[in-house]
Amino acid sequence: MQAIFENLPLWWQGMGMTLLLTGVVTLIGLPIGILLAGMRVSPVAALRVVAAVWTEVARNTPLTLVFFFTAFVLPKLGFIFDFTLGAILALTYYTSAFFAEAVRSGINSVPLGQAEASRSIGLGFGQTMGLVVLPQAFRSVLPPLINVIIALTKNTSVAMGFFVFVLTSVAQRLSNVYGDQALQVFIGIAFSYLLITVPLGQLVDHLERKWSVQR
Amino acid sequence: MSGSVLFDAPGPNAIRRSRILSIVFAIATVVLLALAAYQLWLGGAFYQDRWDIFGQPEVWFAARGLMAGLGTTLSIAGIAAVGAIILGVLFSILRNAYSRWVRIPTTIVLEFFRGMPVLLMMLFILIVFASGSYWSVVWALIVYNGAIIGEALRAGMKSLPKGQRESGLAIGLTPLRTTLEIELPQAFRIMLPIILAQLIVLLKDTSLGYIVGSPEILRIGRQLVEFYDRQGGPYALSMFFVLLAIYLALNLSLSAIVRWAHKRVSRPRRGGPNIDGTKTEAIPLSTQAMRQQAGRDPMADTTRYPGAGMDGGGG
Repeated sequence: MQAIFENLPLWWQGMGMTLLLTGVVTLIGLPIGILLAGMRVSPVAALRVVAAVWTEVARNTPLTLVFFFTAFVLPKLGFIFDFTLGAILALTYYTSAFFAEAVRSGINSVPLGQAEASRSIGLGFGQTMGLVVLPQAFRSVLPPLINVIIALTKNTSVAMGFFVFVLTSVAQRLSNVYGDQALQVFIGIAFSYLLITVPLGQLVDHLERKWSVQR
Repeated sequence: MSGSVLFDAPGPNAIRRSRILSIVFAIATVVLLALAAYQLWLGGAFYQDRWDIFGQPEVWFAARGLMAGLGTTLSIAGIAAVGAIILGVLFSILRNAYSRWVRIPTTIVLEFFRGMPVLLMMLFILIVFASGSYWSVVWALIVYNGAIIGEALRAGMKSLPKGQRESGLAIGLTPLRTTLEIELPQAFRIMLPIILAQLIVLLKDTSLGYIVGSPEILRIGRQLVEFYDRQGGPYALSMFFVLLAIYLALNLSLSAIVRWAHKRVSRPRRGGPNIDGTKTEAIPLSTQAMRQQAGRDPMADTTRYPGAGMDGGGG
């Protein structure tokens, strides 16, 4: 622990980057995910196919391979940018698929009768989704969405292998410098992650308890 | 909810509109893909010399070729999968232990394992235990996924009707035997799709070995790219496509198995004939729990279980 307290600026740098990646990717990825989920249940076949292919491919590709693409392949094709931006791109692409799946399972959790009822009073697809299904889906969608954000927080660690300085990089660097304190350094960094993930997890538990009774 | 309830069975106008939209969209997609392909072509992706190395046997079959890398990836995944299931069973038993002195520490340890990135755990094992990169990946995957599978099994046991445990105890089984012989087998059956989905995540997570330096397929691919790049001609793009194809083939076929398992699990088992000879559909007592699982897409559902279903040290 000593090692971490002596290097607080370094810790803040890693923590800041982890939080930045998590925040930015959530802000960009969530709208994409919602859009993808909407496309997957839409009446237009082409939209359904595109959304399905996007989510299936993204979910079955290892995140490391996506990073490989943004860090090593894109520069070869002439797209040269900052590694942080590359990390944001990779994480956004990857995470948007999981956001989409979380939203879709939320849409599926709204009882069928709700959609049937709104259809039978003459609402169209847009109205059914926007006025009836999505507002109800929201409550069952929020816990899984937060779970995806928790996973995203941990996934930012992969950026370490591609030249972005995140919390995990702090652990690696400090354990190299303070070889005798490696154990404490790793436990300290693990707790730093828990500092982010545990409150979010508590929020999920709270929301699930609060909302599960109502249906 | 099936899509069809959300909109009318399309009439002639709607069909025409939908078709036009579909075509417009398909054209837009094709144009986008073509633009991307053109960009790739400008970058030289389709020149013969970007792909020629894949015709050479040594790229695939040399001691540090792609097949050796695939072998490492699969062997890490195989060992870790077996280990994670064993550890998961152990965790789920400990978490259900009668004694609070066992239960509470286990809960805390499990939370701790699930809350940190699996990559951090790999580095930890690599540096603190000096175990070598291969075994650090294996052990980290065992511990991390064991914690998640343990949680899934516990959730499965919790979803069983209370009578299962009570009747086990009532016929004189010890609490441990009740868990082992009555609750766990049913929990395993209910949670099979979730566990299999997690094993796919485990397979994807072996690619993190790239970062800690275990010779799995991604690392090998990168080394090959660097080796051949020195002789001119950047192979990064073609290597990416080859690796992508390999991973997709592996994971998509495993996903298909998961969906099949899910369908099998959610089908009620048939019972034998009654004493009077009439046929019956025996409904297992765990059917209630299974029906809750039925009708959901297990792959979509993984996000419902904290920790399950995501990759890259994720959960």
